[in-house]
Amino acid sequence: MPLFPDNYGSSFFDYLAQQRPDLAPAGKGLGSASGGSSPGFEESRGSHVPPVTHGTTVLAIKYQGGVLIAGDRRATEGYQIAGRRMEKVFKIDEHSAMAIAGAAGPCIEMAKLFQTELEHYEKLEGVQLSCEGKANKLGQMVKANLPMVFQGLVVLPIYVGYDLKRAEGRIYKYDITGGRYEESDYHSIGSGGKDARNTMKEHFRKNLSEEEALQIALRALYNAAEEDVGTGGPDLVRGIYPTAKLVGLAGITDIDESRIATLYTALIDLRKRGA
Amino acid sequence: MPLPYYVSPEQMMQDKAEYAKKGIAKGRSIIAMEYADGVLMVADNPSASLYKISEIYDNIAFSGAGKYSEFENLRKSGIRHADLKGYMYSREDVTARSLANGYSQALGTIFSQELKPLEVEILVAQVGAQGVANELYRISFDGSIFDERGFAAIGGRAEALLVFLKERYKNGLPSLKDALVLCVAALENVTNQKLPLEGLEIAALDRGRPGRKFRRIASAESSQFLA
Repeated sequence: MPLFPDNYGSSFFDYLAQQRPDLAPAGKGLGSASGGSSPGFEESRGSHVPPVTHGTTVLAIKYQGGVLIAGDRRATEGYQIAGRRMEKVFKIDEHSAMAIAGAAGPCIEMAKLFQTELEHYEKLEGVQLSCEGKANKLGQMVKANLPMVFQGLVVLPIYVGYDLKRAEGRIYKYDITGGRYEESDYHSIGSGGKDARNTMKEHFRKNLSEEEALQIALRALYNAAEEDVGTGGPDLVRGIYPTAKLVGLAGITDIDESRIATLYTALIDLRKRGA
Repeated sequence: MPLPYYVSPEQMMQDKAEYAKKGIAKGRSIIAMEYADGVLMVADNPSASLYKISEIYDNIAFSGAGKYSEFENLRKSGIRHADLKGYMYSREDVTARSLANGYSQALGTIFSQELKPLEVEILVAQVGAQGVANELYRISFDGSIFDERGFAAIGGRAEALLVFLKERYKNGLPSLKDALVLCVAALENVTNQKLPLEGLEIAALDRGRPGRKFRRIASAESSQFLA
């Protein structure tokens, strides 16, 4: 019996799946979710895939220094609000971040596992994965979650990274099979994703400044919150605002809550005056 | 009928130890030293890409002397152990003590049960938060584990290094510059030659850094210290 088993390549995800399947996502080792033998899987496979809906709006938009990634804070359980302070945007490493839509538990698990995965690879190999390599790896993790999708536990990320070789920010979106698609300008997912996308479509142009990109992102989230019950707008009473991060050459920067609050006050003033 | 030969366990262990020591004696040396803001590691290593010193976790570093393939495997296993533990529990639950114990168990088992012992000696260092002591463990080829204070050395000339350092390492932690100068002087002393900066692998666990404390000190930076 090897005390310190070796032969797992450089992937923490693979290591976990082989050594501790009980801890790996997609419920390997949990029995019922492991594949075709489960009754729930058979039932849903024949007729329909559950609709991919999840109360959230998260978005990414490019600006001249990289990518801005932002998300609302609301968590829902059916018609109930389950949380007002959910963080849906995660720093993954020095040059990448992801935002997620879907079932909260598996979403957070995937973000945490992806963080560990990238750090693990960097330590074992002595170099970081390329931006494309990171995006691919996340695709494989989304794909591994496919059996859970049939149980209704969808996890869909947006991944943004600053590509140091190309010196530009990049945005990737995914489908439930792990399909990976690069977006050139902006993207948004979640139940309010379409509303946010429409706003960004109206205002986006190439080479936005940081301030402009932030304004567009916050406006998009505001519009999504107006149209979609699953998306939370700025909560002025409790002082809870959407969160945003900048992903650029210098790394990941959290945008101050006070700065977001100021921009929302201005936006709301504008709306009051009918603009 | 050939007689089944008998070797006493005592003899067998002695032979294995001798074999392992011989292997390690061929290799170059590494020093770990506590300094004011953390733990410094300096290795006599002419390769710029095959590392002897490596990051394991937020505040834990590893270095190995002896056979590269063998300590490289130990290094990888250590990273897997640490990452798994940090993922399962929390980042603060990953400790050098548990890691050093794992190494000690692994090396001890291999030493007593396998035909060939590992020809390695390793160091596991952990930088403590402000006001918390650093930890420095040296683990030998047979799994014996030593809790070191101040400084530790492994590799071919470890004993000579310890003699040199014991005379010069003062009570009270040195600055990074002083620690580096002392380490380089010790390595030069035991090898009887001037070591070029490119031939030194230098890394530190720097308490002042947020998150991951490990950083490599490239020759551009170390040249300022050693000027």
